[in-house]
Amino acid sequence: MHLYRAHVLVCAGTGCTSSNSLKIMGEMEALLSSNNLDKEVQVVKTGCFGLCAEGPIVVVYPEGAMYTRVEVSDVKEIVEEHLLKGRIVKRLLAGDKVAEDISKSLDGVEFFTRQTRIALRNCGRINPENIDEYIAFDGYKALERVLTEMTPERVIDTMKQSGLRGRGGAGFPTGMKWSFAAQQVNDIKYVCCNADEGDPGAFMDRSVLEGDPHSLIEAMAIAGFAIGSSQGFIYVRAEYPIAVKRLQIAIEQAKEYGLLGDNILGTGFKFDLELRLGAGAFVCGEETALMTSIEGHRGEPRPRPPFPAVKGLWQKPSILNNVETYANIPVIILKGAEWFSGIGTEKSKGTKVFALGGKINNTGLVEVPMGTTLREVVYDIGGGIPKGKAFKAAQMGGPSGGCVPVQHLDVHIDYDSLISIGAMMGSGGLIVMDEDTCMVDIAKFFLEFTVDESCGKCPPCRIGTKRMLEILTKITEGKGEEGDIEKLEELAKNIKTSALCGLGQTAPNPVLSTIRYFRDEYEAHIYEKRCTAGVCKSMMKYVVDPSKCKSCGLCAKACPMNCISGEKKVPYVIEQDKCAKCGACMEKCPFKAISKI
Amino acid sequence: MKSIAELEEIRRKTLEKISLRTSADGIRIVVGMATCGIAAGARPVMNAFVEEIDKRNLKNVTVSMTGCIGVCKLEPVVEVIDKNGNKVTYVKMTAEKAARVVVEHIVNGNVCLDLTIGAEQR
Repeated sequence: MHLYRAHVLVCAGTGCTSSNSLKIMGEMEALLSSNNLDKEVQVVKTGCFGLCAEGPIVVVYPEGAMYTRVEVSDVKEIVEEHLLKGRIVKRLLAGDKVAEDISKSLDGVEFFTRQTRIALRNCGRINPENIDEYIAFDGYKALERVLTEMTPERVIDTMKQSGLRGRGGAGFPTGMKWSFAAQQVNDIKYVCCNADEGDPGAFMDRSVLEGDPHSLIEAMAIAGFAIGSSQGFIYVRAEYPIAVKRLQIAIEQAKEYGLLGDNILGTGFKFDLELRLGAGAFVCGEETALMTSIEGHRGEPRPRPPFPAVKGLWQKPSILNNVETYANIPVIILKGAEWFSGIGTEKSKGTKVFALGGKINNTGLVEVPMGTTLREVVYDIGGGIPKGKAFKAAQMGGPSGGCVPVQHLDVHIDYDSLISIGAMMGSGGLIVMDEDTCMVDIAKFFLEFTVDESCGKCPPCRIGTKRMLEILTKITEGKGEEGDIEKLEELAKNIKTSALCGLGQTAPNPVLSTIRYFRDEYEAHIYEKRCTAGVCKSMMKYVVDPSKCKSCGLCAKACPMNCISGEKKVPYVIEQDKCAKCGACMEKCPFKAISKI
Repeated sequence: MKSIAELEEIRRKTLEKISLRTSADGIRIVVGMATCGIAAGARPVMNAFVEEIDKRNLKNVTVSMTGCIGVCKLEPVVEVIDKNGNKVTYVKMTAEKAARVVVEHIVNGNVCLDLTIGAEQR
């Protein structure tokens, strides 16, 4: 291998790929070779940097200059200015967020300085399709240590002492889960990975799969050693084509190097991995449904106990952890349980990755220590809310979680604090909502999702969530009646206690938490037939303020329904029963005489 | 199948190639690559630095480029900046001189005084 003086890292995660990063890469390679720089500069495909809102992202080392929102047409300038002449293209740098000292660059972007990247350590740093680069940054060293220096008991003890809890939603202690499976006496046991990331707005697992697939393979082999298993399955959704492809490449490479298969590293330990593609059903993220799906059946949950650690995949003792949980494990082995448990809070150790979405400036992925406040995540790292609007609430934990309203903006993000205020960690989706969001509408949105995704096996979930959705729809259409809120609460309580699996048991959460914090909005919808945020169309109307109207007629021209009329010196009027509530008139009015009420 | 020793070898070798993505604290060799520098032969000088570093497996040394620092008549100009920010400026560089700078200055810590801008201007 030849030493290159500069490396150009191009993000090839799903986000940047969809905005043409592969074309940028091709253009970069072509221009480097036409400038005779191809022997000096290496172009490297890498995983997600996390700053998805600013993609496509290109980072040039050794300077570490981070270029954002790069277009194919910008590549010429980067090659000719930066790579040929050594002049950094300032106009493409990550805004004013870059410190003066460019040599430190990436470390100078506040979005990154506030983060602690453990699970995402290699994302945006290595080429995920090159096992050597993973190995270079201490990859497979943890597996080496486990196989040569540790007993299965010590591995499990290390996990227990580290305090690592499942990152998929429920937060069950990983070491404990492993020890249950390890205690089972059986020739065949299975190690499974839940890569069926299904929460709307969550994409941290995809990022690890795409940016650092070997860390997952290494961790699953470690888990296999710990519980006495020689076969693993990764259940990943077919909707993640890039992740699937990189996993396939990574598994091939690991087999070639003897890091999977028989007699790994000459120690006699045997472990193999297979991929299973899911069709994208939300319920298949539930552990028993996932295992049923791997077995080749329709993905439906079954009652527990028996728990998978006793009778899981094909009735054999099995463990299931999520991608982000696994990504932490090699680092814990290498740096020790004590190091890991030094990060985070008393009961929630380590870091958590959040997918920031919704009304936030820096849409993307962030990894912060547990215990960081929501305010820090939204404002300091997330860059606040666009157009200076006010924070109203954040939905945490997706359709199984709840909303965190503004009065809890300083909540420390950890498993237990979030539960205590009616939300949950979930897999880490964090959707920010501003003042223009109607909370009844949001609750309806999440319930629509769960109604759609309910597998139909148990009546509380199949029928109950449907009934709740009907009531919510009625309320948003202005047909709510007294007693509806109470009926919602009663249904929610019954579904939570009687549904078969986690999907049903948590489905009412978004409704309950919005009622808890925004009951007044529900009441306004029901009793005053008013949507305070102006979202529910049936309840709002556009009106002309006669004192401000100058009778210019622009609104009437803009109206697609031809329902605005008026004449000179007489204020215009909107015919409410014909109005389609498109808002075109309000946008056009130069005097701000039209308002939404 | 790879043994643990082979894995360690891959780790060491690959890290050399990609360590420039992590080390911001090492020695930086900055070659002036404006029109004047390139015309005076800065590119072979830069390539010579990269080759020497590769040959000697030097870690924490990066080669980067910069524009014209204003003494065009002394090009190719190369600056060597250590981790504390101390700077030595070499002028009228050639590929042979670059090899010498790597051995004497980068490896052994002795500045090649006769190649510096101070020596030239005396």
